[in-house]
Amino acid sequence: MRIRWEEISKEKLVWMYETMVKIREFETVVEQNFLRAEIPGFVHSYVGEEAIATGVVANLRKDDYITSTHRGHGHLIAKGADLKKMMAEIYGKRTGYCKGKGGSMHIADISIGVLGANGEVAGGIPIAVGAGLAIKFKGTDQVVVSFFGDGATNRGAFHEGLNFAAVYNLPVVFVVEFNEYASTAPAREMIPVKNVAVRAASYGFPGVTIDGNNVLEVYEAAKIAIERARHGGGPFLIEAKTYRLKGHFIGDPELYRDREEVQRFWKKEPIGRYEKFLLKNEILTSEEMEEIKRKVREMVMGAVEFARNSEFPKPEEALEDLFVDDRGYDY
Amino acid sequence: MRIITFAQAICEGILEEMLRDERIITYGEDIAKQGGIFGTYKCLLEHEEIRERVFDTPISEEVIYGSALGAAIAGLVPIVEFHFADFLFTGITAITNQIMKLRYMTGGQVSLPIVLRGPDGVARSAAAQHSQSIETIFMHVPGIKVVVPSTPYDAKGLIKASIRDPDPVIFFEHKSLYKIKGPVPEEEYVIPLGKADIKREGEDITIIATARMVHEALKAVEILKNDDISVEVVDLRTLVPWDKETVLKSVKKTGGALIVHETWKRAGWGAEIAATINEELFGQLEIPVKRIGARNVPHPFSPPLERFVVPNAEDIVKELKSLF
Repeated sequence: MRIRWEEISKEKLVWMYETMVKIREFETVVEQNFLRAEIPGFVHSYVGEEAIATGVVANLRKDDYITSTHRGHGHLIAKGADLKKMMAEIYGKRTGYCKGKGGSMHIADISIGVLGANGEVAGGIPIAVGAGLAIKFKGTDQVVVSFFGDGATNRGAFHEGLNFAAVYNLPVVFVVEFNEYASTAPAREMIPVKNVAVRAASYGFPGVTIDGNNVLEVYEAAKIAIERARHGGGPFLIEAKTYRLKGHFIGDPELYRDREEVQRFWKKEPIGRYEKFLLKNEILTSEEMEEIKRKVREMVMGAVEFARNSEFPKPEEALEDLFVDDRGYDY
Repeated sequence: MRIITFAQAICEGILEEMLRDERIITYGEDIAKQGGIFGTYKCLLEHEEIRERVFDTPISEEVIYGSALGAAIAGLVPIVEFHFADFLFTGITAITNQIMKLRYMTGGQVSLPIVLRGPDGVARSAAAQHSQSIETIFMHVPGIKVVVPSTPYDAKGLIKASIRDPDPVIFFEHKSLYKIKGPVPEEEYVIPLGKADIKREGEDITIIATARMVHEALKAVEILKNDDISVEVVDLRTLVPWDKETVLKSVKKTGGALIVHETWKRAGWGAEIAATINEELFGQLEIPVKRIGARNVPHPFSPPLERFVVPNAEDIVKELKSLF
């Protein structure tokens, strides 16, 4: 894919750097604090995949929608979610996005179009299709992006969703984060085609395979797909090849792959690559990048402090928020 | 008052709401061209102004149900036809893991005005994959309101309430009721969810039933007319929330309860009602709470087998006679 990075504003190029750094720093701190047993539940790290959320969302407006996955922190951060409310949710505190009812796998911010991370593989796809239906009926030029992993492309919801979006020509961009592993199952053993982008062809719309560790390539592909969807062109599938540098969840013993493979992929990780590009083209200096990192670290530590200092919900708050009229309905 | 069928009543309810609120869309299999396999969409097809908002879908249950969630968050009011209750199973994750949880999981960030509606229940030898009454499942898992009407009047008033409700509602229409007729006023009315209806007053025992079993209970009462057993028939109409107040008041008055449902007896919703009556009215009951439900087998095809598995008026009569 030809990358016309000269056409991207400096502001956006810097935003992409800052966003990737923010995701990396957030995930790194969450990992440390999870291992210190400060965080309950499971945490699935997005480390290594930062370029995908960033490059895609760089083309979205605030009123566009996304659906996310159990590995969703990166998507939320890119879409502009509040780090404090995210962190507080991950800590199970009442100041979190979901008042402690969602946790890491279920963070949502409807006000910025994040229709939810999702604990179910491919669970967000039908939701994205429905948001696409709503856009069609409302006649707006919004777009929906549905992020999911390679494992999701083996589920019925993926095939039903792609077909449905194609039949009604919905403005939905499907983004496969091909990170090589679905939990412990290697894609090479579970998927009979080299590139899942070819699956789009059976629903009559385009699919492209790109380097998901190159944020500029992701940006370019997403730009084409999103503009096309915005102007009535219908669905599009982007398969972004990346690698899950961490285990399926933090604490995963990773018995299904060898360290050498992981080390090999660390050399291709997206942030270092982008830094080389930014330096070479004199977009940012090393000092400026350090300053961005410092600022981001401060922000993430602020979020951790906020989460730590927030209260847990009261036990009886477990009975709230099921229905709008909130009578509990325990009979 | 004019007399119309249950299917027409449902259709009228949807039509009136669609004419009133243009955020409402309705979709599913076989509805826009055929008018629904049981005629519940026929009246919509005559109205050009809403035709665009009534459409057929591929047979893709997970995305049909799941898309309702996305559409609702994005500002529409989707009414989704599930074709046959049995096929709720083919897309059940979109309902039980997504629709029924999203509001709660997000700490109340969204309201989800979704109606899932369609035929259920045993009818005409449809056999095991087209005959199930599975409302209990949706009563067991929290997150959706469950409506089970028995008459055309109730069906219309309750479908309108369901469409206006800000939360997800699953609405079960018993297949064998679609053709029954009953009085339905011309003027607008809405029946609130969660209010049971006493279909017949009595003194000796309360029958608690829904959908087709309400009619079987009323038939049983007719058969018993000369036996001096005075039966009160409470139609729950809504299983989530269910009208505990009306049920307990009635059972307190009569001193006994017989719960009749078409869904399987084992762990069916009647068990929940029976347990609640026991918890609340222990010591005030004159007889133990009894339950009648379908035998615990898949629904067989052959007519005598099907008749044997599902409760009917004679079974109710037999049970009542054994109690008095």
